[in-house]
Order: sequence, then structure tokens, then C-alpha cells
Amino acid sequence: MNLDFTEEQEMLRTSARDFLSTECPKTAVRELEESEEGYSKEMWKKMADLGWMGLVLPEEYGGTGGEFMDLIILLEEMGRNILPSPFFSTVVLCSLPILEYGTEEQKKEFLPKIANGEMIMSLALAEPSAIYNASGIKVKASLQGDEYVINGTKLFAHDAHIADYLLVVTRTTEGANPQEGITLLLVDAKSPGVTSSVVPTAALDKQCEVIFEDVKVPRKNMLGAPNQGWGIVKRLLEQATVAKCAEMLGGGQAALEMSNSYAKERVQYGRLIGDFQTIQNYLANMWIDMETSRNITYEAVWMVGEKLPCTKEVSIAKAWVSEAFKFITERGVQIHGAIGMTRDHDMGLYYRRAWAWDVLFGDADFHKEVVAQQLGL
Amino acid sequence: MDFSLTPEQERLRKEFDDFFKEEMKNAPPGWGGSLEDMYSADEGWEFHRYMARKLAEKGWLVRAWPKEYGGQDASIMEQVIFGEVSAYHKSPGVDVFGIGLLGPTLLAVGSEEHKKEYLPPIARGETMWCQLWSEPNAGSDLAALATRAVREGDYYVVNGQKTWSSGAHRGDWGFAIVRTDPEQKRSRGLSFLLLDMKAPGVTVRPLLGMDKTHLFNEVYFDNVRVPVKNRVGEEGKGWDVTKAMMNFERTNVGMIFTVKRGLEDLIEFCKETKRNGEPLAKNPLIRNKLAQIAVEVEVGIALAYRIAWIQEKGGPAAMVEAGALAAASKVYGTELNQRFSYVGHQILGPYGQVKKESKWAPLQGTIESGFQQVQGMCIAMGTSEVQRNTIAWLGLGLPRSWDEVFKRPMAK
Repeated sequence: MNLDFTEEQEMLRTSARDFLSTECPKTAVRELEESEEGYSKEMWKKMADLGWMGLVLPEEYGGTGGEFMDLIILLEEMGRNILPSPFFSTVVLCSLPILEYGTEEQKKEFLPKIANGEMIMSLALAEPSAIYNASGIKVKASLQGDEYVINGTKLFAHDAHIADYLLVVTRTTEGANPQEGITLLLVDAKSPGVTSSVVPTAALDKQCEVIFEDVKVPRKNMLGAPNQGWGIVKRLLEQATVAKCAEMLGGGQAALEMSNSYAKERVQYGRLIGDFQTIQNYLANMWIDMETSRNITYEAVWMVGEKLPCTKEVSIAKAWVSEAFKFITERGVQIHGAIGMTRDHDMGLYYRRAWAWDVLFGDADFHKEVVAQQLGL
Repeated sequence: MDFSLTPEQERLRKEFDDFFKEEMKNAPPGWGGSLEDMYSADEGWEFHRYMARKLAEKGWLVRAWPKEYGGQDASIMEQVIFGEVSAYHKSPGVDVFGIGLLGPTLLAVGSEEHKKEYLPPIARGETMWCQLWSEPNAGSDLAALATRAVREGDYYVVNGQKTWSSGAHRGDWGFAIVRTDPEQKRSRGLSFLLLDMKAPGVTVRPLLGMDKTHLFNEVYFDNVRVPVKNRVGEEGKGWDVTKAMMNFERTNVGMIFTVKRGLEDLIEFCKETKRNGEPLAKNPLIRNKLAQIAVEVEVGIALAYRIAWIQEKGGPAAMVEAGALAAASKVYGTELNQRFSYVGHQILGPYGQVKKESKWAPLQGTIESGFQQVQGMCIAMGTSEVQRNTIAWLGLGLPRSWDEVFKRPMAK
């Protein structure tokens, strides 16, 4: 057992924290939230220059060959700072499955462009049914000659409006088992028939509706085998879920630190509010939630990285961490008092994301049902 | 990072597991593994002593102690593994007071004579200890204690009352913190004594729990003569010994594994038991509640491993971090036991209240006893409130809210 980060990983954390706090202050976060695109091209270019997009991609595809845990550290820092960007969509949700399941040709086509910041991608998985089970996949793709033709609507696809390519989870055959008959397609976002539009959401985080009307995709753009796509989705959801937990760790830590600092400077009745046991109790509970979240996340991350069977552990992490993050930000607002609920205060940035990320990739109840099944219930 | 155990650790776990599986067949009927089960009825206490001897024979009773005192210099991580397997099998045998608290304290601050006299019988599983700390007016605020010890030649004459002493009616020996200098206030003027529970003038009276079990006691001292050589540390410096004892490394992993086992039993019950023609396990509300406990168990285990990892590395910064984390694990572990008991009671419904002696009692009545006994866990060994105060202080750098107001930093 070794529960420490390597020296390189600690350095990565420090440099990421420095970069993000300089390049992406909260004023920039708010501006980007309000902007149409939701990210800064300039910052994106700098992130690519730092090698972040290719952090876990092998050198032959323009990356630096890091491990999954490296990416997790980066994501923690992004969550801590709240970085509005298509990084999660492009790198976690799309580059990892292409790396693990793509053909050599696909890897050569997509990965170097992702690594150098040229290509933005978006995963089109969820649908209006808003469930993360295979039975939720209804968008149809039918094989006509050498092309798939896609019809239907995807929802909650982050960053689809700015994506160059979409990774679309489609249903290619209907059968008794919903996990069979799913096929993943890499779709040029400029293909005729694709319409992406941003759905206004609480976190202003650019989740899109994507409508497919007779969208033609060459067969060679299929990721993995036909009708066998659910295995890829399961794997990418495991990666995405723990990666989102890591972002929540960063966000939770920032919200806790912000609240703790405020308790040490805000004066009422001639005393610091941090001197009152009620406030100390809130903070102690937040601290416990942070420490417990950290350890269960890293354990799940390690298992995902080692490709060990981890369905239960991933769900345990998400069920715990998303509730913890919500609790920490909610108490954070309470500790700050009225100022904490204003648009001008940073706590709201975290609070809104806690609720957005809770329902992303399945909320606590969804994951508890997975755990129940894993327990043989 | 690497969360895997070494092959040697895996082998040890298997060895512990095989041992406990076999030996637990000797448990008395209705054995639930709680402290109440151990201290309350004679057959529970006999079983505890039996397991202590068995563990001593294996050389496992005081694994963490140095070899010269019967231990194996076991690493913290190995102790965590031992603790989890032992708790999972609901095994008694390891005397928390003698082995967990007094032993490490004597090893750290005791004299050579003390070590030679007291440690070997503990290591052989022969002497059992109890703690004589709290008083009616000194609970969480231990330094307010008033039990007096007056020096007369080679003896201290002790008068006063202790309370909440777990298992004092079973213990052979007790370790007490008493006031030797009444002119000094609070933590100054205290001394730490080792006291024979059979000494004349010691009276132990039961304080029955709400489920009628006998775990806690009041202990009265009426001119009890304690040899001066039984004092640990200097006269008037007893608080230092007490603090050293409070700081001993704890991961509280056993508490989590108690719930892990309880949950497994409850899950089996839910699979086998039908209500309205369907197994309880198919009820979505019940599935959700059981899964929530399962989540919390794994979260607790991950926390315990982190604490063990930090403690094993050592160093002053690590110890502050570990101090706050140990407080967190105590709150977390005991409150998880609480939540588990409540969930068990909710799922069992009217059967949750049936005592183990009834043929109607599911799960050997563990839920019935559990939801009453669990309250003590959240109070004993530092209440949940004390632990949260410790977290606020050590983990968050907030003012020590229990200090007098004038000592705390005021607003500028």
C-alpha cells in the first residue's frame, strides 16, 4: 500500500493551481458562464501548451503518457478553481474511449488533435429520459450501405455547441436486452442534420440539446464493434464518474477553505463567528465529509486506473461524494450568511455546480441501486 | 497510489480469518460481540477470558507491543487488519483498557519496574483492566476531577468517586487519575495511579444500561491505600500521562467492521424474509437504505486505511493530521453504528424490539440491543461533541471552544 502522491504529481498539482488561479480568476469564471461559447480560446491554447489535453495520451499520439491518477489531480484543481472549459468533455469523455477502443486509424486521426488543443469533442449520451442505463438509449442509427443514419434527440450533452466532433451513443438494434444493440459513432458536428443548442441551466455550464435528423456517418467512424457499444459506455462512465468525484473534491475543498477563512474573520457580538460552537460544528462536519470523500475517491480512481472490477466502488464513491459536495456548499452558504447567496459571491459558483454534478452520471439514489445490486439484493 | 495489500498482509488476513472462524464456534448462545455482551453476563466474560488466552497462545494478543514484552512489533497496518477481522467475527479477547490503553502508556512513560510487573500478565491474557477517570462532575471536562489522594508514608490514601467505568466489576486492576495537590487547579496537581480493584475500600456499583445490561459502574473509594510505587509518572504530573494515553493511535476500524458484519446479516435476513408476498430485499426503500449503509461502511474503511497510513509514516505534522482524522473516525464510526441500528430497526419493524431470548427475535436480537447500546458509543471515550471540537481545533485551526473565553482570540 502507498497512499501518497508522487513528487511529480505534487508538482503537477502546484503548477495547475498556480496556472488556474492566475489565468482563471472568479471574474473570468462569471464572464465565461455568461458567454455564448462558455470557454476561453486563449486559455484553451495555453492549457494545450502545458500538455494538459495530452496528459494521459501516449507520446505517439502527441501526449506525455501519464497515468489516470495524474488526470485526477488536474481535475481536482479544475474543480477547485471552477474552470469553465470543454476539458472534461473532450479529454475524459471522448479521448479516453478513443484511446482504449479506437482503431489505429481513429487514434491517429483524433488523439493528436485533441492533445494539441485543435479539437473539441462532446459526448452525446443522455436523452430526454434522463437515465444513465442502457434502456435510456433510444436515438436510432440504421446502417444504410456504408453509412449509419442517425435520428433522434440527445440531451445534457456538455459543450456540444462548440464541439468539432461528437461521440454519439446510438441504438442500432432493438432486443430484449437493452445493453445489446448499442453502437458508438464519431460524428462530425458540422454534418448536415446536426443541431446543437445550449439548454439554460443553473450552473450555466453549456449542456446542450442535440437533434439528429438523418445525419449520415461513415461506417469507419464507428468506435468499437457494432451493437457492442455498451461495454465502452460502462467503462467510460466509470472513468467519468470518478473523474467527476475528483472535480467535486477540489470544489468541496475550496468551499470548505472559503467558509473556514470567513469564520476566522467575520465578527458578531464582538467575537469571531468561528468561535461559536455551532459554526465549528458545521465546519467539523464539512471537514469529515471532505476527508471521507477524498479517500473513497482515490481508492475508486486507483481501481479504475488498474482496470480492476470496480462497479461497486465507483458507485459508492459517487453516492457519497456528490452528497458530501452538496452538503459542504449548502453549509458554506449558511456560514457566509446572506452574502453567500448572492450572484457576486463565489460560494454560489460552487453551490450551483454541486447540484449539477450530483445529477450527472447518476445521482446518489441511482448509484445506491447499483450498490444494492452488487450486494446481491 | 496503490491500495493493494502485500501478499504477506493477505496471508495474515487469511490466517486471522481462519482462526476466528473456528474459535467463534465456542461463543455462548446469543453472543452479539458488544462490550455489553462481554461484561454483562458471566458466560460472556468467561468467553472473553477464553479468547484472551487463545490469542495469547497464538502470540496475537499484544501484537503491536515490542517482542520483549510478549508482542510482535506489528505494524499499524497489520493491526488494522487484525482489528477488522476480529471485529468482523465479533470476537472479544483483546482488553481495550489493558492492551489498548495502559500497555502503550507504560511502554512510553512507565518505569522499568512497572513494565516488568504489569505488562507480562496482560500479554498472557491473565489480568484485565478498567479505567477510573470520569466523575459525576468531571465528564468531558476531566480536569475538573475531585477524587483525592493523600500521601501517608509509602501509600496514597484515596477517597472519592469515579463513574462510567466500563467493566469495573470484572477488572482485576484499574488505572485512576486523582488529585494529589488540592491547592493546584484543574490539570495541575493530579497523579496517575494503578489500583488493585480488590483492595479494601473499593466498592463497585452497577449502572445498568437502558436495556438492563451491566457495562458501566460507579466506583467508590473509601480510604483505599495505594502503594506510592504504583504511581505512573511524577506526583502532580498525572495529566501528562493521561494525555499520552488519550493520544494513542486509533483508526477505529473495528467499529466499521462491526457494521459491515451486521449489514451482511441484515441483508441475508432481507433476502430470506417475505412481507406482502415479496422478499424485503425487493422493496426499493429498503434497498436504498441498505445500500446507503454499505456506502458508509466502505467510506469508513477507506478513512481508517488513510489514518493507518499517516500514522505509520509518523512525524509531528502527520500526528496532528492523524489526531484530527482519528477524531473524525470516532465520530464517523460511532454515528455509523447509530445509523445502522436505526435502519435495522426500521426494516425489522415490530420485530426490531424483540429481545434475543424470545423465539420471535430475528438476528439473535442484535437490533434490539444495538439501538440501545449504540448511544453509549457516541458518548464514551470522548463524546461526538468533544471529537468535533477537536476537529475544529486540529483540523481547521479554529479557537479551542472549551477554553475559558479570555484565553480565546478575540476579534480585533
